[in-house]
Amino acid sequence: MLVSNLELLPDRRVEKHLGLVQGSSVRSKHVGRDIAASFKNFFGGELKGYTELLSDSRDEATERMVEQAKALGADAVLNIRYSTSSIAAGAAEIFVYGTAVVLTDE
Amino acid sequence: MNNILIQVVGVVILLILGFGFGRLAEKRHFKRIIKREAASQHLPVVATRYPPVDQPYSQILVTGNVVIASDYFKGFLAGLINIFGGRVTPFESMLERARRESVLRMKDEAMKLNAAYVFNIKFDTTRIATGRLAAMEVLAYGTALVPIQQGIKDTQQPVLVNATV
Repeated sequence: MLVSNLELLPDRRVEKHLGLVQGSSVRSKHVGRDIAASFKNFFGGELKGYTELLSDSRDEATERMVEQAKALGADAVLNIRYSTSSIAAGAAEIFVYGTAVVLTDE
Repeated sequence: MNNILIQVVGVVILLILGFGFGRLAEKRHFKRIIKREAASQHLPVVATRYPPVDQPYSQILVTGNVVIASDYFKGFLAGLINIFGGRVTPFESMLERARRESVLRMKDEAMKLNAAYVFNIKFDTTRIATGRLAAMEVLAYGTALVPIQQGIKDTQQPVLVNATV
C-alpha cells in the first residue's frame, strides 16, 4: 500500500476516490518510564522512551488506516496528515487520516 | 523556619543542576545537529506539494520524531519571564532543537532509501504532559522521492517493500 502526503503522483493517475480513511491510537507509558522521565526533566534532553512510544503509536495508527483502505479496495492513501494531542497525563492520541484512492498507470 | 530553608536550598540545588546539565546537553546537541546538517545538505527538503515530473520516482512516506524535555532552570526562567511577558527564549531554543532534530531524523530515513528529494514537509508539535513534566514532541514528515531505475517498475523495487506499512 502506497502511503504518501502528496496529492498527486508524478507518473500515475487517480482513477477513483474512495473517500476518507483514518486510524487512531491512544497509548501511555508505564509508571516506571514516567518516573525516569521526570528525573530527566530536571536536566533536560531527549526523553527516548517517549520518542519510541509515540513512534510506535504512530505506526499503529497508520496500520489501522491502511487496513481500512485495504477493506475499501484502495491501492494508495494520498494526502495523509498526522495530528497529535495529549489527552491526559502520560497519554497521547495519534490520529492519521488521508484519502483512499485507486490508481492507474499513465 | 527550618523547613522553608531546606526547601529553598533544594530549589537552588535543582536550579544549579538544571542550569549546568541543561546547558551542557543543549550545547552538545546543537553541535551534533550542525554537524549532521552539514552531512545531509545534499538532500533537499521542500515544502512544495507538487512533485517534479522530470523523471519517474517512487514515493515513500518518511517521518522523524523527537521528544525533548525542558530542564528545571528553563522552567523556572520561563516562569519569571511569564510575569513580565516577552520572548521566552529558553523554550525557543528547546523547540528549535526539537525541530531540527526531527528533520534530521526524517532525512536519515530518506537517505537510507537513496531519495533525491523530500517533498511536502509538514510539522506536528504537541505538548506531552506527565504530572509536572513539561516536554514537547515534534514530528516531521514528508514524501521521499526515490528515482526509479530504468526498466524496473516501482512496485518491484526492494525499497518500497521495506517502506510499505
